[in-house]
Amino acid sequence: MSDEKYSVPRTDGNDDPMTLDRREFLKLFGGGIVIFFSAGDMIFPQEPTRLQTGRGGLPSDFNAFLKIGENGRVTLFTGKIEQGQGAMTVLPLMLAEELEVRPETVDIILGDTDLCPYDGGTFGSLTVRSFGPPLRAAAAEARVVLMELASEKLNVPLDRLEARDGAVFDKSRPQTKVTYADLAQGKAIARQAKQKPALKKPAEFKVMGKPAARRDALDKATGKAQYAGDIRLPGLLYGKVLRPPAHGAKLKTLDTSAAEKVPGARVVQDGDLIAVVHEQPDVAEAALAMIKVEYDLPPADLDDKNIYDHLIKAAPAGRAAAQGGNIEEGAKLAALTVEKQYLNAYVSHAAMETHTAVVKIDGDKATVWSSTQGPFRARDSVAQTLKIPTQNVHVIMPFVGGGFGGKTASPQAVQAARLAKITGRPVQVAWTRADEFFYDTFRPAAIVNIKSGISSEGRIVFWDYEVLWAGERSSQQFYNIPHHRTVVRGEWGGGGGAGQGGGHPFEVGPWRAPASNTNTFARECHIDIMAAQAGIDPVEFRLANLSDERMKRILRAAADKFGWTPAKAPSRRGVGVACADYLGTYLTTMAEVAVDRSTGRVQVKRVVCAQDMGVAVNPDGAMLQIEGCIMMGLGYALTEEVHFKGRQVLDLNFDTYELPRFSWLPKIETVLLDSPEVPIAGGGEPPIITMGAVIANAVHDASGARLLRLPMTPERVKAALGSSS
Amino acid sequence: MTDIIQFRLNDKSVRLEVDGERMLLWVLRTDLGLTGTKYGCGEGYCGSCTVLVNGEPTPSCGYPVKNVAGKSVVTIEGLAKDGRLHPVQDAFIKHEAMQCGFCTSGMIVEAVGFLQKNPRPSRADILKGMEDHLCRCGTHNRVVRAIEEAASGMKGAVPK
Repeated sequence: MSDEKYSVPRTDGNDDPMTLDRREFLKLFGGGIVIFFSAGDMIFPQEPTRLQTGRGGLPSDFNAFLKIGENGRVTLFTGKIEQGQGAMTVLPLMLAEELEVRPETVDIILGDTDLCPYDGGTFGSLTVRSFGPPLRAAAAEARVVLMELASEKLNVPLDRLEARDGAVFDKSRPQTKVTYADLAQGKAIARQAKQKPALKKPAEFKVMGKPAARRDALDKATGKAQYAGDIRLPGLLYGKVLRPPAHGAKLKTLDTSAAEKVPGARVVQDGDLIAVVHEQPDVAEAALAMIKVEYDLPPADLDDKNIYDHLIKAAPAGRAAAQGGNIEEGAKLAALTVEKQYLNAYVSHAAMETHTAVVKIDGDKATVWSSTQGPFRARDSVAQTLKIPTQNVHVIMPFVGGGFGGKTASPQAVQAARLAKITGRPVQVAWTRADEFFYDTFRPAAIVNIKSGISSEGRIVFWDYEVLWAGERSSQQFYNIPHHRTVVRGEWGGGGGAGQGGGHPFEVGPWRAPASNTNTFARECHIDIMAAQAGIDPVEFRLANLSDERMKRILRAAADKFGWTPAKAPSRRGVGVACADYLGTYLTTMAEVAVDRSTGRVQVKRVVCAQDMGVAVNPDGAMLQIEGCIMMGLGYALTEEVHFKGRQVLDLNFDTYELPRFSWLPKIETVLLDSPEVPIAGGGEPPIITMGAVIANAVHDASGARLLRLPMTPERVKAALGSSS
Repeated sequence: MTDIIQFRLNDKSVRLEVDGERMLLWVLRTDLGLTGTKYGCGEGYCGSCTVLVNGEPTPSCGYPVKNVAGKSVVTIEGLAKDGRLHPVQDAFIKHEAMQCGFCTSGMIVEAVGFLQKNPRPSRADILKGMEDHLCRCGTHNRVVRAIEEAASGMKGAVPK
């Protein structure tokens, strides 16, 4: 064994490679061949760029690596996490495709902050779209390295070699071969992927684009899958944290005497943190309930009824996100002008697993298990709380029981860390359902104002669009409109906070496809209103106003599957359509609904979703995501809305906050179209964004009632029916 | 208050010294280490904590442990027999009737209990039978398909 140094090349312009000695290197990665690579999504969007350090001072210019071990098994180390979206299944497929191995020989380590390099988090349908290409490039690079080694070993020139099924073959003499395991044997090679090797074309795919079974199915069907709340450690205490009645409430009096009398219970008061710990979570919760406490409440002038007036008044000046032509010129061409205001409510993430974390402290080190979409953010928060270096905190990712954008921060891990430090024992904090509603960072309530006009030929001639508080994503329209302007006002940080100027009464955050649900609802309803006023079938109207052939193709594909026949709305058939472009994924959703005129209840009977995401890497997974988006989307369209008075969240459980149920299940049909010429796009979010508009449009077609506000609760539907008749 | 409670849990007899007023969910998850049964809402609205008590699907979050005395409790961990999965588990895997998986244990246990009572359910029966189970990922379509397949595969035969 020599004392040679191993280079980890840098891509930040510094020519000095960072060096690790052999012992450090082997400790980190074991032997074999390691390829580092980076993806463009290393930082939270809208957060300032800052250099992040991986473990032990490793450079921050890569955010994943793959290793071909001496046993021939391939391991992918990535800071992404599995929250049900199928990352642990789809990423190995992409790797296996380019490396020329069978997917079952690929292992994946997700989100472990000691083993995996820094990653900004798992959100935004980025896993496949943004992380996929560099992953594939790294796998292709690894294949090139292996072929070079094979060329040397077999003494065969590179151009006569071919890699397949975990081995390199002489094309002319297939019996001359060497396996990847043999090539990796005794090696310790580290390379930075240069992204030079050509990626396979979709026509060459052997693994990608074919159905693949979920890797987590067996564990999840047998109860073996471990979530943060399932971690059991010797001496573990369960902490329950006192929740104030409202955000901004100030503690007035506190009497913990009854709680302290509960055998085994310990009341902790540390600044703003008041909690009970106990060896049984339910006993801790019962003891917490015995704490007598009074608060001064902040003024309760805002509520879920007057919130829109407030938000309209409080909205700051905007900026143009897109514009073209001249609105005033366009207005002169209009034979018909339509002006409407659309409202969308605060909604909760309501993942079935509440925020949970376990923290164990050993001296100046800590181990964290957290239900989070951002393990590195959890690491940093815990390190800051405990005042220890970040590399002393090891976050291990269990399965996450749903995130949807609500688990980007880990406040529960901070609570657990504080309690673990105070008690000297490992502590689990699992929020109650009421905690979960209270501390949630809701999708922001929002307002969209649209004024538009169409010519006597049925062409949209101008489009003046303004979105307040939702954010920019999906606000840019894709119709062929000569004079248009899109203004975004009252943006929010994307990482919590109450929005620009603190306009919201509580923190808001990303919710599956942030901003896009609101913007798509408004745009696609408005398109339908124009079509109806012009007396044109809504599909024909869209086709006549689109020049993007890819969008037209997906609209026609949906219409074919649905069996759409042209008619002027309201046709009383209860059918609706909505289109969207979500970060490169094109889709059209069509729905058929029935409206009960006596109760105002809307039953969605059938949904067809046609989606073009470039190439669906795992079509099974993509269809499951579409079905999931459709079901979840029914909620914000029909019932989901956070009820609040002042800064008090009135929803405490699923009795008042209604999620979609089995009886709502429509007949769901999906169409996947490939566009091999465009980059592969994500599929975890797109089909949810059309659900508000497609149902609103179908409700109008069924009943003549036009709802401009989500959710379309029975009361609102009845009110709209009353005013339309 | 400590009570002595004896019952059958996943075909084994169990004797517990425990406060009988505590809810079965927490005794299962903490005292007995069976973490497959999940807490979702604590008030019986979501179904994540469903177990079988004498064959009857029961939300364990609101079920005092004293009430299981002398009864048989089956959790998700107890469905496989002799290393073979229950047909409902097989069907959930085959149809990928899960995403985040947090509601899955409760769904599978409910479906097992439901098929014991109604081995040849219609689609409407299944929707009705599963109505009290929430799934935030929206996997409902696959769950229905899985239960349909499990029912037809079992051909009305109810595995013990």
